[in-house]
Amino acid sequence: MLKIEHISTYYGNIQALKDISISVSEGEIITLIGANGAGKSTTLMSLCGIVPVRSGKITFDGQDITTMTPDKIVSLGISQVPEGRRIFPLLSVKENLDMGAFLRNDKEGIKRDIEYIYTLFPRLAERRNQQGGTLSGGEQQMLAISRALMAKPRLLLLDEPSLGLAPLIVQQIFEIIKKVNEENKTTVFLVEQNANMALKIAHRGYVLETGKITMTDNADKLLSNEDVKKAYLGI
Amino acid sequence: MNLEYFFSLFLGGMTRGSIYALIALGYTMVYGIIKLINFAHGEIYMIGAFTALIIGGALSLTSMNPVAIFIIAAIVAIVYSAAYGYTIEKIAYKPLRNAPRLSALISAIGVSIFLQNYVLLSQTSDFLPFPNLLPEFGFLKPVENFLSTTQFLILLSTAVVMILLTILIKFTKMGKAMRATAQDQQMAQLVGINVNRVISMTFIIGSATAALGGVLITTHIGQINFYIGFIAGIKAFVAAVLGGIGSIPGAVLGSFVLGLTESFGTGYISSDYEDAFAFIILILILIFKPSGLLGRKENEKV
Ligand SMILES: Nc1ncnc2c1ncn2[C@@H]1O[C@H](COP(=O)(O)OP(=O)(O)O)[C@@H](O)[C@H]1O
Ligand SMILES: [Mg+2]
Repeated sequence: MLKIEHISTYYGNIQALKDISISVSEGEIITLIGANGAGKSTTLMSLCGIVPVRSGKITFDGQDITTMTPDKIVSLGISQVPEGRRIFPLLSVKENLDMGAFLRNDKEGIKRDIEYIYTLFPRLAERRNQQGGTLSGGEQQMLAISRALMAKPRLLLLDEPSLGLAPLIVQQIFEIIKKVNEENKTTVFLVEQNANMALKIAHRGYVLETGKITMTDNADKLLSNEDVKKAYLGI
Repeated sequence: MNLEYFFSLFLGGMTRGSIYALIALGYTMVYGIIKLINFAHGEIYMIGAFTALIIGGALSLTSMNPVAIFIIAAIVAIVYSAAYGYTIEKIAYKPLRNAPRLSALISAIGVSIFLQNYVLLSQTSDFLPFPNLLPEFGFLKPVENFLSTTQFLILLSTAVVMILLTILIKFTKMGKAMRATAQDQQMAQLVGINVNRVISMTFIIGSATAALGGVLITTHIGQINFYIGFIAGIKAFVAAVLGGIGSIPGAVLGSFVLGLTESFGTGYISSDYEDAFAFIILILILIFKPSGLLGRKENEKV
């Protein structure tokens, strides 16, 4: 469904991505793991049209999206939960969800989906009229994921959803990601530093080191790989 | 104390404040979204006034109803100025969006100087009279000593604009998109908002309200020249800073505070200092509360 072929991305003269290729099939959970500064966020931002790609090609369902504008890319069914959650701080919880559905016009459907989100996350229902910026980190992460789901994406991109959260909440978030993948058949592209958790729910994984893909395999193979264990699992 | 004098100063101050508010809205909305002080904004107000004057002047040679002439002149002026604002953003600011902020600021000053001189050359440096198109409103007869027809019209139009704008920004999809874009432009793009369209919309709305201000002031004062946009623009800018630039209620509050200060100041202290009050206020606010009356601290903004 998604094919990233030999892309290179630069910030000024500094090359952040070096000839990266990743492919994702419909229904999969794939994960991209790597240390801080490896280029994981840059990969997602290149894919969403926020950071321009200098060379290479990205296709979604066979359609070339390499130079498309971000709003067009979202309209094809790609939604991102960015690093740091990026909740609109002065919009209410409800308005943040509305923004997730910005490109939809089915008022009834949007209403139904917001109600569904509220049953999934009762905390968000309680705080629906509160400003997004006043939520706790965990609540913000749930809101960020919900906001992305409001677009009814076919491909969900998540950038370090576990960052800075308590273990119990991380557990909860990973369960939701799994559920979204299994029940809604949403394809998931999960970026993580928390390699252990990510590889446990993913089908396949890629390892990124300073802008280069250095390894790719089935998730269980990577979990038992000696190099991965040493570098990312702290074993 | 003479109560009637006090009231006339108060309403005079509210009238000034209304005009400043109609202009200040554009400064603060544009700043809120792209962090640019659009120095050409006062010129939009001036172009609105000139357009109304030209259309109104031409049509008053016909046998058309004067009130109809006024309405047509106002609508043409608003649409024409909004088109100006839209075009200026596309030509002078959009290409510089990823350049250092100073580049866009210099571009804005350039546009301002260009428009002033363009109007100066294509029109004249003299003050031009605006035809008297509006009848006296009969129901204002009891208060005519301190509230004229044009003042009433200014207060009423400003109130209507404020209400419509509040509804737009609070409840419509475009309004929410504008707020989202102001808070986090990249994230706005990631939910599918076409940020270029939001920015254009901001310029169109800000230019339209400024032009309305221009049309109203022209009818009120009865004469204009190419320079009115410069003074009014600076004062509206001071009002926006006073209220907290980026904040819409702040711009409105700042405008009324400035308008009332000027009116009472010239009425009770001295009319020699009419234009000094704005700068005194600007200096005081920069010293004691740089974020403005209703502004948020810079680090809270994102
Ligand atoms: N906006 C930016 N401007 C310049 N350099 C950047 C920018 N964003 C990221 N970088 C650099 O690009 C590299 C990859 O960053 P990033 O994609 O954020 O890594 P990760 O998400 O894996 O931590 C880093 O060296 C980082 O310093
Ligand atoms: Mg990152």
